[in-house]
Amino acid sequence: MSGFISILLVSLVFVIIYQIGKASEYAAAMKGAETVKYKTNRVLAWLLVGFYVVMLYGIWKCNAYFQGMMLPVAASENGGKFDSMFMITLVVTGIVFFLTQTLLFWFAYRYQTTETRKSHYFAHSNKLELVWTTIPAIVMAVLVAVGLKNWATFTSAAPADATVVEIVGKQFNWLVRYPGKDKEIGKRDFRKINDANNVLGLDWSDPHNNDDIISQKGELHLVVNKPVKLLIGSRDVIHDVGLPHFRLKMDAVPGITTTMWFKPTVTTEEMKKITNNPNFVYEISCDQMCGKGHYSMRGTIIVETQEQYDKWMSEQQTYYAEANPAAAPAAPAAPKADEKADTNKKAVTMK
Amino acid sequence: MNNAEIAIEAANVAHAGHAEHDHGHEHHEQHFITKYIFSQDHKMISKQFIVTGIIWAIIGALMSVFFRLQLGFPDSTFPIMEKFLGEWAKGGKLSPEFYYALVTMHGTILVFFVLTAGLSGTFANLLIPLQIGARDMASPFMNMLSYWFFFASSIFMFVSLFVETGPASGGWTTYPPLSALKEASMGSGLGMDLWLISMALFVVSSLLGGLNYISTILNMRTKGMTMTRMPLTIWALLFTAVLGVLSFPVLLSGFVLLIFDRNFGTSFYLSEIFIGGKALPHIGGSAILYQHLFWFLGHPEVYIIMLPGMGMASEVLSTHSRKPIFGYFAMIISLIGITFLAFLVWAHHMFVTGMSPFLGSIFVLLTLLIAIPSAVKVFNWLTTLWRGNIRFNPPMLFAIGFVSLFISGGLTGIFLGNSAIDIHLHDTYFVIAHFHIVMGVSAFFGMFAGIYHWFPKMFGRMMNNTLGYIHFFVTLTGAYLIFWPMHYEGIAGMPRRYYDISAWESFKHFQEINAFISVIATIVFFAQLVFVINFFASMFRGRKVTSMNPWQATTLEWTTPINPEHGNWPGEIPEVYRWPYDYKDDGNGNDFIMQTVPLRPGEESH
Repeated sequence: MSGFISILLVSLVFVIIYQIGKASEYAAAMKGAETVKYKTNRVLAWLLVGFYVVMLYGIWKCNAYFQGMMLPVAASENGGKFDSMFMITLVVTGIVFFLTQTLLFWFAYRYQTTETRKSHYFAHSNKLELVWTTIPAIVMAVLVAVGLKNWATFTSAAPADATVVEIVGKQFNWLVRYPGKDKEIGKRDFRKINDANNVLGLDWSDPHNNDDIISQKGELHLVVNKPVKLLIGSRDVIHDVGLPHFRLKMDAVPGITTTMWFKPTVTTEEMKKITNNPNFVYEISCDQMCGKGHYSMRGTIIVETQEQYDKWMSEQQTYYAEANPAAAPAAPAAPKADEKADTNKKAVTMK
Repeated sequence: MNNAEIAIEAANVAHAGHAEHDHGHEHHEQHFITKYIFSQDHKMISKQFIVTGIIWAIIGALMSVFFRLQLGFPDSTFPIMEKFLGEWAKGGKLSPEFYYALVTMHGTILVFFVLTAGLSGTFANLLIPLQIGARDMASPFMNMLSYWFFFASSIFMFVSLFVETGPASGGWTTYPPLSALKEASMGSGLGMDLWLISMALFVVSSLLGGLNYISTILNMRTKGMTMTRMPLTIWALLFTAVLGVLSFPVLLSGFVLLIFDRNFGTSFYLSEIFIGGKALPHIGGSAILYQHLFWFLGHPEVYIIMLPGMGMASEVLSTHSRKPIFGYFAMIISLIGITFLAFLVWAHHMFVTGMSPFLGSIFVLLTLLIAIPSAVKVFNWLTTLWRGNIRFNPPMLFAIGFVSLFISGGLTGIFLGNSAIDIHLHDTYFVIAHFHIVMGVSAFFGMFAGIYHWFPKMFGRMMNNTLGYIHFFVTLTGAYLIFWPMHYEGIAGMPRRYYDISAWESFKHFQEINAFISVIATIVFFAQLVFVINFFASMFRGRKVTSMNPWQATTLEWTTPINPEHGNWPGEIPEVYRWPYDYKDDGNGNDFIMQTVPLRPGEESH
């Protein structure tokens, strides 16, 4: 019943709006189209100016509203570079925005039709075209130069002393693998994956795997001021490692390994103070549509000091021990399935 | 081919009565089916496209209202949604699966069915023959097929909304493996197959239309209508068609490979996947290959959406400013520049896919180059207004709104085109804000400008102005209110396609603004119904057009009768003597000179 009433009300509103529209048409016909035309035109010109003023006010209000809700200071070196480049682009585009919008609405108001106005026949000017081709070209050249310099830095090879950590996406959480004491990430093969005791498909014939540690909670521990290189993979569909606080993002694509490196500069504890938020946590968001749980595919990053990191690390169990509680800690002999994998020559190799 | 031959051919093909023989008195009444359904008259086909487009636009927009309700009020229930969506919104709460299905369908419908078919289908059909002086398209039959393939495509897409596992739900880009594997998502079942069939038919429709538009423009211009005397609408529609013809086949090839991967066990896009508790046999494919094939169309597609609006806004701004479009040749050259560059920038959608960073650098350079022709166009539009004699009516207001939105949405493209900034903003609300303003709302404004402007030509009646003004101001204000705050959410890193943000420490404080956006979006949806009512009511009850040239424009469509028959001109097709923007004193007190008026002695041609 209430549904019926609301439909009725909505229809009524539309009928009224429509009747107002029709009535104004008849009124125009009665008063004489010409006078109404100029009068309406003046009103509309003012309304456009009004819109422009409201737009500027709205932008200012919007900006004020979002103050304090934006990301805190960048938590990585490249994040700082990103922020300054973003500001440069914002200033450049901001100037163009205000200039062109002002001209648009001002011209619209200033050159509205009146009883006496005649338009000025002005069809082309090569000089003007040259000016507004050259200026954007120069500005773009500057922005491209800044952008490519930063891009080259962001995507350069990771420093040799970078910690290597693997992060693998699956529907719908992140698996993080640390190399363990030998600092080597072992081989894995998707055919060896087993949700019960081998979530990443570690190839137990590779001894580098024996001390690897896997966090199935998607918890990534990093040492402050120490570069980290992420090896990014996916078990099923495309995901994306989004690190808003570090201003970075990289897809996780099944079948290939992508990489991304950065140097965190602010610990989680420090960031809690900066943001004045005791619950602050660095989050890993999945930024590539990956299915019904996409919005809940959340990981976390804990940036800490070397001591805290070492202490945490010493408390972790190797995945081998975790997955085979009864088995001896020694590396098992290569099972037969491995030979089959080798004939396919497609084992995923991790450096 | 001279005019007479064209006329005879058009008359023969279409069996329309032709004035050269019988002065229009004897031609028999057309049957309802050949006149309204299987019509080969370009004007009727254009009406079919627009009506289908409007129906799709309402469906697509209603979907956005539903998912905005979820985004704005995740803790509330809306029983009305259960009425529309049934099991998908049990208890009035949208399920995540169907949320993603709605998002996917909203994108597909708006991008392809409304802003491609509904936009260039309508205006290329209506304007090309009328503005170049042709009796119909090069092949009216192919033109009819183009609509009916679109119709068939629409049927498949519509049916997919009702299958048990839901329609496609992997985003409008339908990246594999998500879209390729039934195990990965419910929408990747039958819904995805129907989506692919529908899109394949859509590509056929688009190609049939596009080839026809190009050959008509190149071959069937009336006497005197040189390429450089064509209105900018025709130039824009020509390049739109070129973009479509060259890039849609690549999309189709991408879809065919996806169909193979889904149904015939190939591994074009699939490699090393463990899903649903087992490892799949696929090895050696590349998920990134699909993205290259998709975006090779996907990027030109945004210009397929933008160019018609640019052309129509140019025409409307000039006509209602009573002033020639400024820099006619610069406008054409910038169109050529945009068209050419449109093919060379697709990978800027893929900066963070793991593509070679060096390749990314090339695409940064090429992408930001597009800012130059775009800037030229904006400055030319502004200068067209300068010292004009501006009449504000609904088409003109929408054209001004088009320019405003094109500036706002275009400038944010400079952020996203620069890979070092995209690396943070990619797939966030910033992207949503950017493309909705520029190729969503701005393109819609170009379309509205066109509809209000050419409605008198389509139906011989005027649309209601007052309703047009209400529609304009609510939509423009609403568009900025909806999308401006999204930039901030995006800069704060909030990812797109999130069903619920309440679990995220970094984003949950945006819930309040999300609710605000949802309220505005609902209002703007209802404001569009004002337009729909205006459109359909004016078709039957609008003020009748009393003069052949109600806007006092210069182009050829206004030399046809108020309600032109099939064949457009009852007599000879008029000859063209001058460029389309001669808004100047004609010596008789008028401020415009039509293209059909010969140059006066001593007058220089443009």
